[in-house]
Amino acid sequence: MEFLLSHLLTLILFFPVLAALVILFLPRDEVTAIRWTALVASLVPFGLSVLLWMRFDSSAAGFQFAEQYPWYEAIHSTFHVGVDGLSLTMVLLTTLLTPLSILASFSIKERVKAYMILFLLLETGMLGVFLALDLLIFFVFWEIGLVPMYFLINQWGSEKGERTLWKGIKMQARNYASLKFMIYTMAGSLGLLLAIQMLGVLFQTYDLPSLYLKWNALEGTLMGLPVATVKAIAFWAFVVAFAIKVPVWPFHTWLPDAHTEAPTAGSMILAGVLLKLGAYGFLRLVLPLYPAEAQHFAGALAFLAVMAIVFGAFASYGQTDFKRLVAYSSVNHMGFVLLGIAAAAKVGSNNPDMALNLSKNIALNGAVLQMFNHGLSAAGMFFLVGVIYERTHTRNLNDFGGLFPLAPIYGGILLFTSMASLGLPGLNGFVSEFLVVRGSWPILTVYTAIAMLGLLFTGAYILKGVKQVLHGPLNEHWASRGEHRLTDINAREIIVMAPLMALILVIGIWPAWILEVINKAVTMLF
Amino acid sequence: MTIILPILPEILLLALGILVLVLDPFWKDENRRLNLGWLTAGGLFLILAVSLAVARPGAEPALVFGGMLRDDWLGFIFKMFFLFGAAITALFMMDVEGVGRRAESYFLLLAATLGMNLMASAADLVMLYLAIETTSIPLYILAGFLTGDEKSTESGFKYMLFGALTSAVLLYGFSLLYGFSGETSLYALAASFPTLSLLALGIIFLVLVGLSFKVSLFPFHFWAPDVYEGAPTPVAGFLSTASKAAGFAVVLRLFMAVFPSLAANWSVILAVLASLTMTVGNLIALAQKNVKRMLAYSSIAHAGYAMIGVVAFSQLGAASTVFYLIAYILTNLAAFGIVTAFGRVAGSDDMKAYYGLSRRAPTLALMMLVAFLSLAGMPPFGGFVGKVFVFAAAIQQGWIWLAVVGVLNSIIGLYYYLTVLKYVYLYRMEGEEEEKYPIQLSRPYAIALTILTIGIILVGVVFAPWFNLASGAAMNLF
Amino acid sequence: MQFPILSVIVFTPMAAAMLILLIKSERKNEVRVTALAAASLALLLSLWVYFSYDKAAAGYQFVEKYNWMPMLGISLHLGVDGMSAPLVLLTGVVMFTGVLISWGLDDRPREFFAFLFILASGVFGVFASLDLFMLFFFYEIAVFPMYLLIAIWGWIKTREYAAMKLTLYLFIGSVVSLIGALAMYWQSGLHTFDMLALEQAAFSPAFQKLWFPFVFFGFAVLGGIFPFHNWSPDGHVAAPTAVSMFHAGVLMKLGAFAALRVGIMLLPEGAKSWSWLIMGLALVNIVYGAFIAMVQTDFKYVIGFSSVSHMGLVMMGFSTLTRVGLTGAGLQMFSHGVMTALFFAAVGMVYDRAHTRDIPKLGGMVKPLPLVAVAFIIGGLVSMGMPGLSGFVAEFPIFMGIWQVKPLVAIIAAISIVVTAAYIMLVIRRVFFGNMPAEFEGHIGPITVQDKVALVFLCVIMISLGLFPALMVPWVQTGVQHLLSLLGGA
Repeated sequence: MEFLLSHLLTLILFFPVLAALVILFLPRDEVTAIRWTALVASLVPFGLSVLLWMRFDSSAAGFQFAEQYPWYEAIHSTFHVGVDGLSLTMVLLTTLLTPLSILASFSIKERVKAYMILFLLLETGMLGVFLALDLLIFFVFWEIGLVPMYFLINQWGSEKGERTLWKGIKMQARNYASLKFMIYTMAGSLGLLLAIQMLGVLFQTYDLPSLYLKWNALEGTLMGLPVATVKAIAFWAFVVAFAIKVPVWPFHTWLPDAHTEAPTAGSMILAGVLLKLGAYGFLRLVLPLYPAEAQHFAGALAFLAVMAIVFGAFASYGQTDFKRLVAYSSVNHMGFVLLGIAAAAKVGSNNPDMALNLSKNIALNGAVLQMFNHGLSAAGMFFLVGVIYERTHTRNLNDFGGLFPLAPIYGGILLFTSMASLGLPGLNGFVSEFLVVRGSWPILTVYTAIAMLGLLFTGAYILKGVKQVLHGPLNEHWASRGEHRLTDINAREIIVMAPLMALILVIGIWPAWILEVINKAVTMLF
Repeated sequence: MTIILPILPEILLLALGILVLVLDPFWKDENRRLNLGWLTAGGLFLILAVSLAVARPGAEPALVFGGMLRDDWLGFIFKMFFLFGAAITALFMMDVEGVGRRAESYFLLLAATLGMNLMASAADLVMLYLAIETTSIPLYILAGFLTGDEKSTESGFKYMLFGALTSAVLLYGFSLLYGFSGETSLYALAASFPTLSLLALGIIFLVLVGLSFKVSLFPFHFWAPDVYEGAPTPVAGFLSTASKAAGFAVVLRLFMAVFPSLAANWSVILAVLASLTMTVGNLIALAQKNVKRMLAYSSIAHAGYAMIGVVAFSQLGAASTVFYLIAYILTNLAAFGIVTAFGRVAGSDDMKAYYGLSRRAPTLALMMLVAFLSLAGMPPFGGFVGKVFVFAAAIQQGWIWLAVVGVLNSIIGLYYYLTVLKYVYLYRMEGEEEEKYPIQLSRPYAIALTILTIGIILVGVVFAPWFNLASGAAMNLF
Repeated sequence: MQFPILSVIVFTPMAAAMLILLIKSERKNEVRVTALAAASLALLLSLWVYFSYDKAAAGYQFVEKYNWMPMLGISLHLGVDGMSAPLVLLTGVVMFTGVLISWGLDDRPREFFAFLFILASGVFGVFASLDLFMLFFFYEIAVFPMYLLIAIWGWIKTREYAAMKLTLYLFIGSVVSLIGALAMYWQSGLHTFDMLALEQAAFSPAFQKLWFPFVFFGFAVLGGIFPFHNWSPDGHVAAPTAVSMFHAGVLMKLGAFAALRVGIMLLPEGAKSWSWLIMGLALVNIVYGAFIAMVQTDFKYVIGFSSVSHMGLVMMGFSTLTRVGLTGAGLQMFSHGVMTALFFAAVGMVYDRAHTRDIPKLGGMVKPLPLVAVAFIIGGLVSMGMPGLSGFVAEFPIFMGIWQVKPLVAIIAAISIVVTAAYIMLVIRRVFFGNMPAEFEGHIGPITVQDKVALVFLCVIMISLGLFPALMVPWVQTGVQHLLSLLGGA
């Protein structure tokens, strides 16, 4: 037990890789064995993170369960991991969603072995980002997460659909989406890479805790330019990289394609966790390292956030493809996260005004909770879209209609999850969005007001989507008598949704258990 | 006894020659005639062994025979290599039509070798001239030995005319030397050689004409390609190696021991001539389609490389020249030997005939690889070490530009040597039936080529002992 | 007396070559088995040398010195330090996998393996040599077998041209360096070619400034530095697979290493004066190489130009003359060597079956050749500098080094990362995924066991080094430490 506790993070982080190795040696045709191995193996990190949660002391400041091992001494990088409230929440989200996604992937029939291996490797990549306390390790895991996702979209994504590029060259939609995803993200991380290199060169260390101190204490000139200028450039380098991931308008254009073309479980994880990596980057790196620049540019960030909220909602409303609708809803929801962050940035790190500081904390709490909540609801929504797609092989909203009587259980679950996405009080979405709005209002009044508009349209598109699928005249195509009879949601799928729904409800009614953990972390953030 | 020892090799050579002539009538039978060749070769190896055993010079060089000859390591080493070269040539000559079964050819070979020995150790003007003629005349005849062949006759005739002319100029130079110093002994001459003046330079020029012919230095190299092409191939090999080396022995002795006072002047002249020789030789070799002619031009170029060591007027320079010649003798003999062996069977010296040789005779092809790469200056063969030392000597004395020219020329050389190897290894015969046309090596060739190939590699890898020899020779010069 | 392990490593391939030449031409299997045995021996010994190197003691170890020619100060002086030990290991790895990949060669395997091994001996010799003369000796030995290997067994369309071009270029480069080296020999007044002594020779700055370009750029020609890189893409493409593996994987490192050993270590002041030029040219290598790779339609040319680009990173690392930059360069030599060997092996496997390297004509190779696809993808990720693999471990310190010297250059060089990612991903997608053209259906046979072993071996190395940099970084660091002391603790 001692060993377990002292190496808890490393175990959580690398268990999926071990599992992937085991699966590597399973015969390709034993699909059932592979699936179940992957599922059981992914439950282990979940169990460990629950243990972690329980052993976490939410009243203590700083990072806990820290481990540090020498890794690349020549450039002063160590394998340093640790959790605080912020990362713990994210870790829990990741380890929760992964088994659910794997369970959801039981309907994948081709090359199951490769799929599962990639999925598990992806999990390690994501966990690594959240757990890293060394900037280089952070970057390593950041990049590692890209490759499995690329292949997941590329190889198991939706087979239909074509995009026409310049000169009439046609490309399969999933190829286009995956390539765009990869190149976009890599280009974004280029700036991040350069900035990290510069930091490493300057301070001869990549250790985050010490970098927080040293970087902020830096003065004078750097490489011939005043420190402020260099910091500003580095700030934007970091911001661009993370903004692409969140995604922040206008760097969001990769998302609709990637989400839409990805396989169901891929979208679950993409929306559920991967987007949070970007937001996490803002919270963990941008704010603590660049408090002054963040404050200076907070208005710009807020503007982008509000654009995301409003345009995301409008775009969502206009979609006929169910999945694309949900994809744009992610843009919309993540906008709130960024709004909270921008508000916190605007207040700054050493503001004497007590009230503003309170608002800042509230906004940050809201942002982090929104990250968690959106993870749950988005994953759920994508899964449900996937459920109906598997049965009907279409995602076009116009093809549906009046399906409620045919699939009542499904309908009920869909309604529940959409309400969470909409922000119905009593469910989790309301809590986080309320916190963000409450926190940002005193700080960024105008922006928050405009954001409310977006909130209005959120309701619009959710209800529109639900209406077109479930209500209205029954589309005879799917009727009980015909060959395209719609079957209701089955047991496995219900099991996938159940934990999500439970959490959605619990957080909606009694959010204290999670807010406690988050709160301590955000107050110490910067 | 001590009086004979210094000229023991020469005496034995003479004896061997007479033996060959005497035995000739008794061995009228065609097959028996081959034994003449074995006799010559074996005899030469025997002389070599005996000389090495008993006739080594002492620690101090000494003038013997009334000052006619100098018993020193320079001369001795060259002599040993002449004997070796002659032995190998005798082996090569054995299977050549019209040459191998004639006692005269062996006798002439021995006579020429005798002359070369004398050239290497001559210490007197008169002796020197006599030795040069003793070498040249048999070689003229050998070149034109195949009287039925037009090319051979032309070669012999051309060689004789050219040789006679340059030798006359040389003699004139020698006479002037005597006239202005009153001495014929080389070492006494050195002391009373006139200082810088038009006269001195003129003398050097005249001497140079004669010697340039012998070593085929620009601009007196024109005879070489035609003569090599026309002469029987083993003879060409002998001409290009031993005869050239003999010329170098004289050059070394004269320029380093007799004309050192004017080193600053003649070294520049020689440097320019060496560069021109290398360049002209290499450039024209590029264009050749006949292997023998190519080798001829390549031999001209190599004279240029060896001359670099002389230009670097220093102990290292002399040593490097001697070493270069050692490596060169082995390599070039091998090259010509291979051409002979091939030419016998294929009947052609055209490069096209060599297509697919690696499949017809893999071992012969490998030997060709070794020889040609050594010519190009690639390790682990002797040519590489030779070139490095020669360039090192040049750089040591500040002749950077000359080293650069040498280097650039090596590159050109590499190109055409590789091209031939490309034909051997890559290209196929017409019809691609190489297995049907194997090249058989007869016993003498196999032996000779094996010895040479091993020698080339040996000199290239374990080069210290050879260089020590060369240094020893160089030291004795001064 | 210590076991002369380095001599054994250096001369085993040569001895094996002689042995192989004695085997009858028709007995092809005996030839192959002998070759594999010799390669395995060399690999095991080089592994042993690598792992028994005492990092704490640092310096040159496994030293052997045999007087070769005392008169001129030439000795057969062998030894490895932290920089050359990984390269000796690399040669062993590439030799081993090269033999495995060439198992199927049917046209005169005897001569092929003999020449390949002579080449290998030359390469080992250069890496292990501590005597300047011997370094040249072995260096030249490595040149002429390349000619024969490419000209005889290479791609029929360009082999003659490429072989001649390559040989002449390399020869020119080496003789230019030779002149510089001879100048050093005389100037030092020490009458020795021993590099350890020459390191302490303290040549005048003016002398160093004059002769450094000769020596460095002469060797860097073999390293593929712009504008003397021209021989490389053609040479790579024309050569048969194992020779390409050797060529890009080891030979180019030979040039870079010799440039380091003879240029930077013996003429440090010269290095400092000329570092700006090296940096500039290396930058061109990196960026230009990447862009040109992107527009190629021949699969092998893409890899060839990618090599030019990555060797640019090595030279760039050298030019920074900083601890991290040099460390990265040392690592990049190893990492790129393994990666490019893998690439060429994979390309060879595809070509042997599809008989075309034209990218537009290929496609869907993942189905019949899954392991090749995975291996190529891993290689591709290494090439992009993906963290978790050896490419990142190598490239990151180089960039750190550039930052310390000229940040702007780092930013420009970083462009190549994106371009590399783009062309690698495109090539992977076009060749391995997508639809297989009809003419290949059923004609793409599986790869052999030997091929599989080779691919897996190379992948494991790259992944291990990526995850555990400690497997190589400490070695390289000791070498760099020594280098820095020669540079005056810069």
